[in-house]
Amino acid sequence: MPHAVGAVAEHEGSPDVTHASPQRPPDHLEQWRRDYWRSNLRLMVVLLAIWAFVSLGCGVLLVEQLNAITIAGFPVGFWFAQQGAIYTFLLLILVYAVLMDRLDRKFGVSERAEEGQEQ
Amino acid sequence: MTDIQLWTTVFIVLTFGLYIGIAWRSRVKETSGFYVAGHGIPAVANGAAVAADWMSAASFISMAGLVAFLGSDGSVYLMGWTGGFVLLALLLAPYLRKWGKYTVPEFVGDRYSELVRTLAAVAAVLISFTYIVGQMNGGGIVFSRFLNLNLTGGVMVAAAIIFVYSVLGGMKGITWTQVAQYTVLIIAYLIPAVAIAQQFTGLPIPQVTFGQILSELNALSAELGLNEYTAAFSERPMVDVFLVTLALMLGTAGLPHVIIRFYTTKTVRGARYSAFWALFFIALLYTTAPAIGAFTKFNLLDGVNGTAVAQLPDWVDNWAATGLVSVADGAETINSVSNDPAAGADLTVNNDILVLATPEIAGLPAPIVGLVAAGGMAAAMSTAAGLLLVISSSVSHDFYFRRIKKSASDSERLLVGRLAMTAAVIVAVVAGINPPAFVAEVVAFAFGLAAASFFPALVLGIFWKRCNATGAAAGIVAGLALTITYMIYTLDVFGTEAHEHILGVSPEGIGSIGALVNVLVAVAVSKATAPPPAHLAELVESIRYPSVPREEEPAGTGERS
Repeated sequence: MPHAVGAVAEHEGSPDVTHASPQRPPDHLEQWRRDYWRSNLRLMVVLLAIWAFVSLGCGVLLVEQLNAITIAGFPVGFWFAQQGAIYTFLLLILVYAVLMDRLDRKFGVSERAEEGQEQ
Repeated sequence: MTDIQLWTTVFIVLTFGLYIGIAWRSRVKETSGFYVAGHGIPAVANGAAVAADWMSAASFISMAGLVAFLGSDGSVYLMGWTGGFVLLALLLAPYLRKWGKYTVPEFVGDRYSELVRTLAAVAAVLISFTYIVGQMNGGGIVFSRFLNLNLTGGVMVAAAIIFVYSVLGGMKGITWTQVAQYTVLIIAYLIPAVAIAQQFTGLPIPQVTFGQILSELNALSAELGLNEYTAAFSERPMVDVFLVTLALMLGTAGLPHVIIRFYTTKTVRGARYSAFWALFFIALLYTTAPAIGAFTKFNLLDGVNGTAVAQLPDWVDNWAATGLVSVADGAETINSVSNDPAAGADLTVNNDILVLATPEIAGLPAPIVGLVAAGGMAAAMSTAAGLLLVISSSVSHDFYFRRIKKSASDSERLLVGRLAMTAAVIVAVVAGINPPAFVAEVVAFAFGLAAASFFPALVLGIFWKRCNATGAAAGIVAGLALTITYMIYTLDVFGTEAHEHILGVSPEGIGSIGALVNVLVAVAVSKATAPPPAHLAELVESIRYPSVPREEEPAGTGERS
């Protein structure tokens, strides 16, 4: 296997690495890329759905209904809009970073080793 | 000199000495160090720098005040300015880092065309400029109160300091200085909040305890002729709350001075974790802000409710000198409070002073007042410095180097960049003295512009290979045109007359519609014209995967430059 994936990526813009070109990259390379990208997209869509539901859903559209309930002095809709949404956002980004790490490892493209070597 | 002035001076001199010391130690001469700090910043430090860069005078000085006066509808700022980081982390940061270019115009220039690059550079300057005006104004408020100047004098002092140290530093200096600035600003923000939470409830966690005073605050607000604090949609209709929140989110993700930060991490993985750390540091302040808003409003209302004008607390007098607090002529006791001078209430309090005045209103000791002033300056300066950097890089790199003189040397480009900073500061001072609205609102316009221009072009560029240059350019132009037109239509800037909001949509919220129009136009035009050349498809393909060789493969030429 003479051609490393990294090399393809680094020669951005040079026309000979068009993925439509018949000789490279070989099919099995194409396949892992497609799988990797699909897993990434699936994760993204799920997380963004939660993002929209908690902020624009609970914090804006459903706020009046949720305000009917009060916990620890906070009307619940108000709490989502001023506190809960922010905690959720933080959690979503963390989950994304951790799961992408796992995905990178699964496909053998983790960058962990590379950090710390540079600079 | 009063105690408060003394302590303010002490803290401002100390912190500024610290920033300038750091900037001097890490000063740079090469272009790459100036703009992206040579890709050598760890994720946690980068996160703190993004947080300082991001949390401007609007976040520090103005936001809690806005939340206090808008009540529940102030949530647009809280959710809008944090929610965008989710979009940034998931949709943009890793891919743009993989691309590894200096600026946003650089990305769209490669992905689309030279025309789009120029358009993006114009948009970057426009957005950064709108944003910087808010910082000048915020810094001006701090100095005018604590150095006893009028607002104009305060803005001049703030601008002079910001200018000196941005021009010195460049990105490497700025990154480490911003880490220091974050530390100063978050300590300055949390100490009064924790002290007040302790005073009120005996538990020093403001995020948890401000719930306990909400029902009393609702009652007190009603007594003084204000809306119930926790009632949703009392200041803005639901459609506007939705649109403003969304515009701030999309704008956050598209802000050039925040995006440029993710080029400074070592790896794509580093970019993902930087986004997490950034939001972590930001959330510390953003979850505290609504607590400060509620506690301070309670203190404020409680302190003046039914009080005779002659017996008002000291802070009213102290702030009256800046013109940001005023008692109505002929009022004898305070029976109504407002943030709107036109409302004719007995006491008018400008949103922007609330955080700065929090320690005074709560009767905290003078050193804390001084610390908060230093924190406010840290917030204004760190953001202004980041913005000046974007303006300078857009002008020197995307205009001068790319369009005018391809042979320009590094030192020549640095000179052009510094000249651009100078020009930007001068114009921003003029605008900062007389902004069209409150600090946070001025800043909100910048987000509308970013939402309508960059965000769709970037996301389509990464996720839709079929998007071509004509489509992207048409989308940006359509989105910006709609947004700017509506802003000018509804605001009285540049001497134009303000018109009524159409369907309740405010000028801060129009960016969401601008973004939608941008996407629709970009998709329609791209479909109607030829697909982008094949090498661009491969280019897009290449940023979707990490560049490290797979472990089963023999070690190849995979190391990055």
